[in-house]
Amino acid sequence: MFKSLKIRISITAVVCLAALYFLIPTFITQIPSPWNEYLPKEKIHLGLDLQGGMHLVLEIDTEKALESMMERTANDLKESMMENKVRFRKVERTKGATISLELTDSAGRATLDKLLHDHYPDLEIASSTVREGGQIINLKINDKRAIDLKKLTVEHSLETIRNRVDQFGIAEPEIVPEGDNRIMIQLPGIKDPERAKNLIGKTALLEFKIVDDEHSLEDALRGNIPEGDIIAYGLRADRSTGQRGSVPYLLKNKALLTGASLETAKVQISDRFSEPNVSIKFNSQGATDFDRITAENVRRRLAIVLDGVVHSAPVIQERISGGQAQITGNFTMDEARDLAIVLRAGALPAPVNILEERTVGPSLGGDSIRQGIMATIIGSLLVIFFMMFYYRLSGTVADLALIINIVLVLGTLAAFKGTLTLPGIAGLLLTVGMAVDANVLIFERIREELRTGKTIRLSLDTGYKRAFITIIDTHVTGIVSAIFLIIFGTGPIKGFAVTLIIGLLASLFTAVFVTRIIFDYFTLNFNIKKLSI
Amino acid sequence: MEFIKPGLKIDFVGKMKYAIIFSVILTIISIASVIIHGGLNLGIDFAGGSIIQVKFQKDMSADKIREALKSTSLENSVIQQFGINEFLIRTSESFHDQKLLTENLETPLTTAFNKDYEIRRVEVVGSKVGMDFQRKAIFAVILSWLAMLFYIAWRFEFRYGLGGIIALVHDVVIIIGTISLLKMEFTINILAAIFFIIGYSINDTIVVLDRIRENVKLNPRQKLADTINLSINQTLSRTILTSFTVFLTVIALYIWGGPVIHDLAFSLLVGVVFGTYSSVFISCPIVLFFENMQLSKVKRKK
Repeated sequence: MFKSLKIRISITAVVCLAALYFLIPTFITQIPSPWNEYLPKEKIHLGLDLQGGMHLVLEIDTEKALESMMERTANDLKESMMENKVRFRKVERTKGATISLELTDSAGRATLDKLLHDHYPDLEIASSTVREGGQIINLKINDKRAIDLKKLTVEHSLETIRNRVDQFGIAEPEIVPEGDNRIMIQLPGIKDPERAKNLIGKTALLEFKIVDDEHSLEDALRGNIPEGDIIAYGLRADRSTGQRGSVPYLLKNKALLTGASLETAKVQISDRFSEPNVSIKFNSQGATDFDRITAENVRRRLAIVLDGVVHSAPVIQERISGGQAQITGNFTMDEARDLAIVLRAGALPAPVNILEERTVGPSLGGDSIRQGIMATIIGSLLVIFFMMFYYRLSGTVADLALIINIVLVLGTLAAFKGTLTLPGIAGLLLTVGMAVDANVLIFERIREELRTGKTIRLSLDTGYKRAFITIIDTHVTGIVSAIFLIIFGTGPIKGFAVTLIIGLLASLFTAVFVTRIIFDYFTLNFNIKKLSI
Repeated sequence: MEFIKPGLKIDFVGKMKYAIIFSVILTIISIASVIIHGGLNLGIDFAGGSIIQVKFQKDMSADKIREALKSTSLENSVIQQFGINEFLIRTSESFHDQKLLTENLETPLTTAFNKDYEIRRVEVVGSKVGMDFQRKAIFAVILSWLAMLFYIAWRFEFRYGLGGIIALVHDVVIIIGTISLLKMEFTINILAAIFFIIGYSINDTIVVLDRIRENVKLNPRQKLADTINLSINQTLSRTILTSFTVFLTVIALYIWGGPVIHDLAFSLLVGVVFGTYSSVFISCPIVLFFENMQLSKVKRKK
């Protein structure tokens, strides 16, 4: 390919120096200051299995997001129908994301159609049956819109979770979407996995609802819930015993204000019990609404509901202007801090389920690194000694190529911000075993050629040429099988495939190109009578 | 130095009959083992569930841990030693909730052994994800077989490809059979080893097939059986050397690589041995078999 030795030597030198350059931060921790401006900053990134941390896969319940959207739409539609004097018996969201409504006279149908057409372009009539005294109509959301909505839900969730994790302060988190409705999260070095899980997975839907004092709670608990009301439970801790019990509340279902109207939230220590609470500040629209709501409901109780749980239900003493409020509820400092974070970052648009969770402690990670490095050093030395022993000087040339190979793999990982995992280290060691294969193929071929009485130069030439075809084939198949593993695998296993692929590519260069330079150099410059092979 | 002296003439083709019988028996044993055990003992990546790795500071035995976990939901979990005073507790339940973990593991362990332990790893996989993974894994393995088949068929001939792929299926079945016979858990690590062996075994096969092709060109009038024999003998030295270097690295992984990748290293050991064997003894007879079949067809036409 390149005839000139000088060119070939320069190529090799450049490649090796580049790999070493990217490895500087990994192996030298303290770089004197005038230098570090010119050097890369990134060390080889270690996988969670080596440095400890948490891996989560979440599934976003996009169906739920669709359902609650339809719930709101059903309520809106009810109001519009009343305004437009369409007579109906009921409008409700039925199973799944559909709305069922029953008209009491067929004259309303035309008005309804116009209403749907003008104001609810996303809804489609799925079926309608004429019945005596009216008709039953089922509405569904149109498919394209449903898909868009689900996509938006995932994007919004991703954004919210990113915000939360950023504010929690974790170094180098990785948060990426996976498939249609999944999110993969990697949090290296996390100390308290439970807290992180709560912070990420909490829906954090904050709602303000009025407590219904006009109806009897006892009655409602017996199953007689008044129209438009719900029962919600609140946690109450007994100050003397510290036990937490649950208390039922009867609330008006309509949320007067939600967390979406917040500007910010922060932790405060209350003066009275020196307990932490979360103080919230509404944005300007929210402050106006809050002002109006409190003015309209003086002497009534306003429940602060977070994810369906009533945190407190203070009596509104007077109209509150200024848009400030407090959420109390026996928080520990950490709980209050995390609540403030989730409120600032906003609610998740849909509930999330944890599909997969892997936590590795830092001590296990440390052990794995030590063992991985140990195995790699011993394994490599075994191969190196064997090659020296079996092929003498030629074996030593192959060993040099092998060492360059390892440097190239690590350098590539550092340069392209690849991740080194424990199976990845195993992959590196296996490449060592595989990389000498190319040299074995070449050397065996050269020996065969020498046996037929050819000169050293000619034997080298034929040996390299013949073996090269085979080497290409073996490398391609090795890489193809590793690519399948990348497509399929996750986390640490991907690291195995990645180092294998880099290692195989590097060995094409080191075992064929680099070793040839050395052989050519010596056979051209010295009068070698006998090849040490 | 040389292990294999040049000019060596082992009659591989003549011994292939025994090799095939041997392989068929191994394959039957492997499949039977999987069936008798009611399928593979799937790890949590494929079946869903939880594993918890606990390290104790004092001497500990699986029985003592089981005693301590009596009357919790971990009572019927699988507890296995995993290094010195280190244990894996495995259950099919998903311990996503920290409360469950505290109640069923930390509290009883603390009661029994004070605070002399450390939970070093918790992995929880939902059963739905596991099912997904199973399907994807099977799909990926079959696809990679097909990819190899097509590659060899393209570079060589279709019958060479068939020889290669049957050897691959043979290797994978034997790895799975060994895992099943030893009642080991089939984990994602083992799957990774299988992919590696697919790449590795086809490697060996290609080297032999390459030589066969070359020798056929050099000497087209020679009987294929003789050409195959010659080619295997010519490449035998390389086959043994490469297997040996890979074997050295895998042994190092197995002994020093630590318990987390022990199963990976073990399946690689099995795979390297059978992958080497199969490329010599399985893929070549199949090439020969197809050759003979074609010949007899030609004869019949005459």
